[in-house]
Amino acid sequence: MSDLKYTKDHEWVRVEGDTAIIGISDFAQEQLGDVVFVELPEIGKQLKKGAEAAVIESVKAASEVFAPVSGEVVDTNGPLADNPGLVNEAPTGDGWFLKIRIDDASELDGLMDEDAYLKFTQG
Amino acid sequence: MLKQTPLFDLHGELGARMTPFAGYEMPVQYPAGILAEHLHTRAQASLFDVSHMGQLALRGDRRVAALEALVPADIQGLARGAMRYTVLTNQSGGILDDLIVTNVGDYLFLVVNASRKAQDMAHLEASLEAGLGTDCGLTELADRALLALQGPMAARVLGRFIPEIAHMGFMTAAPFEFNGVRLAVTRSGYTGEDGFEISIPSADADGFARLLLAQDEVAPAGLGARDSLRLEAGLCLYGHDMDDSTTPVEAGLAWTIARRRRDEGGFPGADIILAQLRDGVARRRVGFLPKGKAPAREHTIVTNNDGAPIGEITSGGFGPSVGGPVAMGYIDSSYSDVDTPVQLMVRGVPRPARVCKMPAIAHNYFKA
Repeated sequence: MSDLKYTKDHEWVRVEGDTAIIGISDFAQEQLGDVVFVELPEIGKQLKKGAEAAVIESVKAASEVFAPVSGEVVDTNGPLADNPGLVNEAPTGDGWFLKIRIDDASELDGLMDEDAYLKFTQG
Repeated sequence: MLKQTPLFDLHGELGARMTPFAGYEMPVQYPAGILAEHLHTRAQASLFDVSHMGQLALRGDRRVAALEALVPADIQGLARGAMRYTVLTNQSGGILDDLIVTNVGDYLFLVVNASRKAQDMAHLEASLEAGLGTDCGLTELADRALLALQGPMAARVLGRFIPEIAHMGFMTAAPFEFNGVRLAVTRSGYTGEDGFEISIPSADADGFARLLLAQDEVAPAGLGARDSLRLEAGLCLYGHDMDDSTTPVEAGLAWTIARRRRDEGGFPGADIILAQLRDGVARRRVGFLPKGKAPAREHTIVTNNDGAPIGEITSGGFGPSVGGPVAMGYIDSSYSDVDTPVQLMVRGVPRPARVCKMPAIAHNYFKA
């Protein structure tokens, strides 16, 4: 059983202490196709839950990654700038997007676990 | 209800992701993905199903005059087996569609955009009824599929089955018979590469497509790769890079207006188009080279360095062979010189770019 939680917008969150690591799901990267560009937020930026945290561009289209929780951006995945394909190769691993210092962990309460998310994507 | 092409079952077997396009259910990509399909086309050869495009036959003794009344190309000068890229214009000089016209001998063979097929046919028929050629008739060759085999290995592959295609020049057409199937082959395409389009009876299309796909060099490619390939090749997409409000001169298609037609006129909007050729245009289609890696997509506003709007991107995205963003669009002519610095408003943020030459990737057409 994975420790990832998922949003309905296909982001995943892994909580480590007071930090949330955020990326997009395998389902999402599959739907997007080849990722060719990722725009990450400035470190130090304050994000509100539901706000645009990053932009992801596939060959066909641009889409947004939303912050699943409010807090300050404390790190971003630098290697995505030169190797955005990491999002396709390892969406829940090396293809992570950003880390947020969590303001209020209760904001994460409504997220889906892996089983619920799989059912959601198959629904 | 979406229409299906004769290769629908094959697309399913190949694992294509299908998408509605111009009333058809079409493959946007196969499991390899758009990047791989694009790069494979430039390196080897790809098979595209373009059966959604309209294949029309214009027949009758006055077919040449009838068509010349609607397009600025030299159709009179089109020898048997020759083909031309041209545009249907309206009275304001705007473009109703772009199309390929081939003189196949008995008739003129027209390939038009799927999204414009019905309008084009109505437009052509109305013109014929208006006395431009009462002995002319327009028919859709609806029982034919259209396959595009594109890439530097395309001639080697097709030559295995039809050796005579080796002698075809670029933008020429010839009929062949293979295993009892009548094929109309043109050496042309929409990728910037050497390649062929093969018009084939619908009933025989699946078998011939499978034969081509069985060749080592050939992989299937979908509409996604077709779009990124034509974008790198600087080729227009109707409804995006031109429409009924843009003229061929603005669209950078003045080269399609034949010498004789410039002297004689006689096509819709000729007064406006010929005046633009003489006096210039206020805006024109150019390429844009964004600095950095962020793609600038259709409808992105172009500004000068003071932030004043001077144009708009009409096609833009990531060019897999370029390895970065590629874009084209319209700009105020006073900014249209190559290397002019501009800004592209991507997600509300101005990003530096330059006007650049097209195509972004040099054409690799066959030269005899």
